[in-house]
Amino acid sequence: MTTSTEPLAFQDLILTLHRYWGEQGCAILQPYDIEVGAGTLHPATVLRALGSKPWKAAYVQPSRRPGDGRYGENPNRLQHYYQYQVILKPNPDNLQELYLGSLAAIGIDPKLHDIRFVEDDWENPTVGAWGLGWEVWCDGMEVTQFTYFQGVGGIEVDVVSGELTYGLERLAMYVQGVDNVYDLKFTKEGLTYGEVFLENERQQSEANFHGYDVDGLKRRFEDMVAEVSRLLDMRGPQDQPLVLPAYDQVLKASHLFNLMDARGAIAVAERQSYIGRIRELCKACALAYVEQERKTA
Amino acid sequence: MPQLLLEIFSEEIPARMQQGAARDLDRMVSDRLKAAGLTWDALTTYAGPRRLTLVIDGLPAATPDREEEVKGPRASAPEQALEGFLRKTGLTRDQLTERDGVLFAVLSSKGRATTDLVAETVDQVIRTFPWPKSMRWGSGTLRWVRPIKRILCLFDGKVVPFEIDGIPSDAITEGHRFMGSGQLLKVSDFVDYRTQLEQNFVLLDVADRKLRILDQAKAACAAKGLVLVDDDGLLDEVAGLAEWPTPILGDMDPQFLALPPEVVRLSMKVHQKYFAVRDPSKEGLAPNFLVVANVEATDGGKALAAGNSRVLSARLNDARFFWDEDQKVGFDAWNAKLSGVTFHAKLGTLAERVERIAALAREIAPLVGADADEAEMAARLSKADLLSGMVSEFPELQGIMGGYYARLAGHSDAIADAVRDHYKPQGPADTVPTAPVTVAVALADKLDTLVGFFAIDEKPTGSKDPFALRRAALGFERPAIAAGLKLDLHSLIEDHAERLAEQIIRIVSAQEIAITIGDARQVSDSHTRSQGVTVEQAGLVLERWTNDADGHRRADEFAGRLKAKLRVAALDVRPFMLDRLKVLLRDQGQRHDLVDAVFALGDDDLVRIVRRVEALAAFLATDDGTNLLAGYKRASNILRAEEKKGPLPTGMVQTGLPNQPEPETVLAFAVGAARTAVEAALETEDFAAAMTALARLRTPVDVFFEAVLVNSDIPAERDNRLKLLGQVRDVMGQVADFGQIAG
Repeated sequence: MTTSTEPLAFQDLILTLHRYWGEQGCAILQPYDIEVGAGTLHPATVLRALGSKPWKAAYVQPSRRPGDGRYGENPNRLQHYYQYQVILKPNPDNLQELYLGSLAAIGIDPKLHDIRFVEDDWENPTVGAWGLGWEVWCDGMEVTQFTYFQGVGGIEVDVVSGELTYGLERLAMYVQGVDNVYDLKFTKEGLTYGEVFLENERQQSEANFHGYDVDGLKRRFEDMVAEVSRLLDMRGPQDQPLVLPAYDQVLKASHLFNLMDARGAIAVAERQSYIGRIRELCKACALAYVEQERKTA
Repeated sequence: MPQLLLEIFSEEIPARMQQGAARDLDRMVSDRLKAAGLTWDALTTYAGPRRLTLVIDGLPAATPDREEEVKGPRASAPEQALEGFLRKTGLTRDQLTERDGVLFAVLSSKGRATTDLVAETVDQVIRTFPWPKSMRWGSGTLRWVRPIKRILCLFDGKVVPFEIDGIPSDAITEGHRFMGSGQLLKVSDFVDYRTQLEQNFVLLDVADRKLRILDQAKAACAAKGLVLVDDDGLLDEVAGLAEWPTPILGDMDPQFLALPPEVVRLSMKVHQKYFAVRDPSKEGLAPNFLVVANVEATDGGKALAAGNSRVLSARLNDARFFWDEDQKVGFDAWNAKLSGVTFHAKLGTLAERVERIAALAREIAPLVGADADEAEMAARLSKADLLSGMVSEFPELQGIMGGYYARLAGHSDAIADAVRDHYKPQGPADTVPTAPVTVAVALADKLDTLVGFFAIDEKPTGSKDPFALRRAALGFERPAIAAGLKLDLHSLIEDHAERLAEQIIRIVSAQEIAITIGDARQVSDSHTRSQGVTVEQAGLVLERWTNDADGHRRADEFAGRLKAKLRVAALDVRPFMLDRLKVLLRDQGQRHDLVDAVFALGDDDLVRIVRRVEALAAFLATDDGTNLLAGYKRASNILRAEEKKGPLPTGMVQTGLPNQPEPETVLAFAVGAARTAVEAALETEDFAAAMTALARLRTPVDVFFEAVLVNSDIPAERDNRLKLLGQVRDVMGQVADFGQIAG
């Protein structure tokens, strides 16, 4: 529907974006191996956005939002989905043009479709990150979050990174003209997204809403929190604080919080306090990361 | 004379900030050029998705030479003061002039090239521009709403040379992102600039963009026999989202017309920025939408309309999900949850608020002719929809959804309408509810808000009114007046303050205790300022107190003092409401002096005040009115002058005295008759009749002043006449304070 050629299968969409951003000089990374709620949380974005060292990377990040699970019964909502994440630091002057180039690469013609940059200032209170930018709309659908990072971990950034987050399933649904995510063609040959993920959504939804042991989650949350401070207090072989492993524990704590939340185990009054604790941990990692970079510079 | 053209070209500027930015650019540049002594023929600014533009015609090439006089110290001032002044001005003593013992310096400055001033001005404007939110980009230090790409600055056709944080000035702009030629556009002056932009599919002027949207949108609708649903707010927004706005009519799946039209419209507007469309031959909406795209698509917009239509279906599917789910949940479940939702940290939960409103609605119901049970029931349903899925998604639909759900749940129309409309009127343009049950709940809702926030000392101050109490006051007064309600405002407020104090004393004492025991951190920290924490704390303290020997007494005393404090604070609601009524009357076009003349009587019955002002205005529009007013002024001037000399004579006016002029007797009888008539009219609150009664005084007063000398040499005559004038003043004063009226 977007071009005369066959629309891209889900995996070909990813491969096309990889090739495109690889050609722009991005390191094509693999997904981070810890559960996260959004691609931004990958240390390749959150931590690398700090300090003044240039950085260019692109990767797919599976994102888990336990509360969004719908047992595979909602055509648009998933508790596990993919984000395509690009970070360019400092943001190049022509970032908008580069981005539009990526849309063209996956077959979206801006003379046929209505591409718009609509104000949307992004923030993620859990990691104390914020930025200004837009939701990019294609024919009224939000296909990408486009952000100029202004702060991370509660710290104002030295150098501004440009961050692009593509919602891959939505984008693919748009490109393929499909109304139900499970009907997406995962491969050109016809394997569907549903064949890959439907059963996962059913089981994970049940576990997220009814399965996990709340006391166990709480205990593990506290363990992770304690671990962060312990690791930050330790020193590595070059006398550095162990920021990277400490940040891993922050991610784990954050995911445990999301699971408790989905289980309905977080009272309204407790919510802010949990989020505040995660943000403080994140801030501690961010400060240690910046400090370390300053020392080694 | 030369022209200045400035364009700051950036990435997409948020639509809501564009027109404010155009005004700020105008103000900031004007102020700086004026300060340098420049004047010009015309200055215009434009704002659009990617550019802020300013053009000034008839701007001189140089700023004028100027002389400015600066005031210095007194000639007699100590040496140091003079030295300081000379140092500051760079002059010598003999260059100063002396006037009235004060020294003055005349400073002259040479004019400078306008281009220098412009370069400096643009730099300052860009660096200090008051964007609501701004950002840095790349490795630079500049802040702007989004990254600046280029700055076009021409004076008299030539580039004004400057560079701001690495961005050089130039004569170059760009056209439409997708439809333009793709070439950079070199510009010579404003006409050329505007023309080249238009050739490259950019409409510079927001007025042109709006016109294009409306014309094409209406035409697209008319072609299918449909009508666009106007929405000025939406029009403003979409005109800021496209440089070449292109309306396209799309199809909506007709099954969604089963949803309430408010839901469909809002979902279209908030999420998708689409206009709704009506079919003039039918009720409700048409199964269409109108999207304003930023391109004239090469296929005429077919793919684009289809894409938007699919997105809309997904959105409306969400809305329908909420609609269906909400009906399964229902009022009992929502109301049960209201006790978990804090209305305000000191005013308790929404459940407690609903209790208060229900009690108040019952109390008001008989006054408005509503059934008390219905009013109470409507009040009890009134806040439930805040917990519905639909209202969580679209807070604007509060009340409206409650109305739909109440009807579906089988409640009477009177109750459902009251749930729907009890927030009304929300602004000057909103309709005023008149249905009795609705009025009862609407008044209760607003009075609870007013009494509550006043009790906890959260009154509006200056321009700050965070809880919209001014609007709440008007929201109470307009329906009350429209319904002609006789309210005892004072006791209504007092009763409700009592009710409120009983209910919130637990929370308020908890917080007071938390403060008194020195753990103020817990309440001052906004994150932990939840009711749960402080009540728990207070519980501990109260427990400690009760274990104390005289703990009970202390706790009771403490609560008693606090309750009294709350009640007293709430009493300020009444003067506040009267003050808002004054503003309301003036906004409705009533003369200030007439409003003051009525308020001076100290009445607090809203309806009576309004009727009085109206009757007074009508009376003063007549000949009798203006003449009588003149007579009143004359009488009160005389009385005022006499009052200065000593106390005025009091007592009965005598008639039938020897040599008494007839006009005096006539006036005396007329005043007596007027008093009786005015009192009777006021008794029945027939203010028009009161005015008519006063009108009958006009001739006797006129004739009296013509024929009779008040200041007679005979003290008895003088006293009698002064008494008579005093009676004229008093009888008129029962209707209004005529002394406040401009004559």
